[in-house]
Amino acid sequence: MKGIKIVVLAKQVPDTRNVGPDAMKADGTVNRAALSAIFNPEDLNALEQALLLKDSIPGTTVTVLTMGPGRAAEIIREGLYRGADDGVLLTDRAFAGSDTLATSYALTLAVRKINPDLVIGGRQAIDGDTAQVGPQVAEKLGWPQVTYAEAMHFGNDSLVIRRRLERGVETVKAPLPLVVTVNSTAPECRFRHAKLVMKYKNARTDSELQAENADYIANARTYMRITEWGIDAVGADIEQLGLSGSPTKVKEIDNVVLQSKETKRLSSSDKDIEALVRELLESHTIG
Amino acid sequence: MNNLFVFCELDEGKPVDVSLELLTKGRSLANVLGCRLEAVVLGSAIDGIENLLFPYGTDVVHVGDDPELEHYRTLPYASVIIGLFRQEQPQIALFGATTAGRDLGPRVSSALHSGLTADCTSLEIGDHYVKKTDTTYKNLLYQIRPAFGGNIIATIINPDHRPQMATVREGVMKKEILNKNFRGELKSINVKEYFRPEDFAVEIIERHMEARRVDIKAAQIVVAGGYGMGSKENFKLLFELAEVLGGEVAASRAAVDAGYAGHERQVGQTGVTVRPKLYIACGISGQIQHTAGMSQSGKIIAINNDSMAPINEIADYVISGDVAEVIPRLIKHYKANAR
Repeated sequence: MKGIKIVVLAKQVPDTRNVGPDAMKADGTVNRAALSAIFNPEDLNALEQALLLKDSIPGTTVTVLTMGPGRAAEIIREGLYRGADDGVLLTDRAFAGSDTLATSYALTLAVRKINPDLVIGGRQAIDGDTAQVGPQVAEKLGWPQVTYAEAMHFGNDSLVIRRRLERGVETVKAPLPLVVTVNSTAPECRFRHAKLVMKYKNARTDSELQAENADYIANARTYMRITEWGIDAVGADIEQLGLSGSPTKVKEIDNVVLQSKETKRLSSSDKDIEALVRELLESHTIG
Repeated sequence: MNNLFVFCELDEGKPVDVSLELLTKGRSLANVLGCRLEAVVLGSAIDGIENLLFPYGTDVVHVGDDPELEHYRTLPYASVIIGLFRQEQPQIALFGATTAGRDLGPRVSSALHSGLTADCTSLEIGDHYVKKTDTTYKNLLYQIRPAFGGNIIATIINPDHRPQMATVREGVMKKEILNKNFRGELKSINVKEYFRPEDFAVEIIERHMEARRVDIKAAQIVVAGGYGMGSKENFKLLFELAEVLGGEVAASRAAVDAGYAGHERQVGQTGVTVRPKLYIACGISGQIQHTAGMSQSGKIIAINNDSMAPINEIADYVISGDVAEVIPRLIKHYKANAR
């Protein structure tokens, strides 16, 4: 079969999984500076699925699309190191403050401009945890969606996808064009390829080049240019972006305060454990 | 018009627990708002399904019964719900945060251009004042959920768009029958009116579902194991203790991911929320994603070798030691002392 064009939707996120004591400041607010920015884990699973399809179908290309501030270009480079062919950074101050609906609006415009056959994204990002952007992009594109995917392959012009649901596995068949979101139960993404790191480590967006004052690097090799699109490049209506384009609004944020409890510390000795069991029996917690 | 809708998901012809929990919550929210509680349920050969929903105080049950709806698929379900919502114009729409709910909710909210908040841990009705325009929005749905890895609690609102949509995970709300004799109105949905030809693009080829053998939510005593248990073999200790105490075995996500226990036993943000009388956490570090699913337990006992484990902060008792030593001792002393 002919090669297909795949867009991988990816997000650069703060590493909320490794939230240690440093992550919260003394006043109880989040210390974002202490959290490193990473390639959203399930988007890496999605990238791996795209690369597996690329391996199996010659002529297939994989483009990493991300919406974020300028430094989100880092994850496009990361995608290139793992085997993606190119990347697009969708960036504009007008996008800031977008909820999932406004985000999916912007991403859909970028996807339409790239014009792929298949869009694959992670199920959800570890900062928002909503799992909404994938299906909302699918709805705006007017394409079918298959979520909770953990494996897929092509069979006779349709994609056969295995989904991991609550009580088991469901296998579906879907035609292109299609949006798929991938779970963390899918295979881990392959490591960086040393040759690709050498090739792409100087890949930059125009904004990065301006900041570095190093336009000559990009002019020398075209694959060093990471495409950068703003609101005009994708023809976005500013009213549908940012806070004004977001039906959901944050009314309030409260820091989670761990209630201190009076904790009884015991050893594993017979004496301590017997005393505990007696106490639990007496209070009718057990027995 | 302007009522509160709950999407009721079916599993093998019966409403899933989270849908019944949402009906219970929906009933109390509808009382505050002075509107009706309406349910929408889709499936195939589901005659009489409304009788399982009326007892929760459901005023209207909309039923869509068609072979194409036998198993959940995005497009046919979305077309019916979107069409129905455009007609009925609910002010609030609630979905369980199941794989189906999290697939369907965003598709519907995108089509209706409304706001959706996922995985809410609390829902309330309240007002919202906007200083800039000196406007007060009355009786909005406060959609409350943890964010940023569970380190903050956010209250989200949709002041200007309808329906206000939220998904809620199983076990977060309690289900409670209002009155077993309560009877509302049954309305049949003419689903064929809403189906479009392109809705059947995705075909289900195969399904391998395991029967749900355990219900950890119902257990009054939970013996849970984490990654610190080290192996599936070691989980046998937990089963022994659970049996002796008359409880059920649960696991943290890390333990499930490592293959020590099945997903149906998973407690936490991506598993189930439990509120037993007693929760014994063995070899569990207690990251917020886990404690979110059990912190409301009556009494918490933590057994581990790590004095810095976060679970120790919320435990009533911390036993410092090796699970392999502690559990047999617990069993021994229980047998010796219990009547």
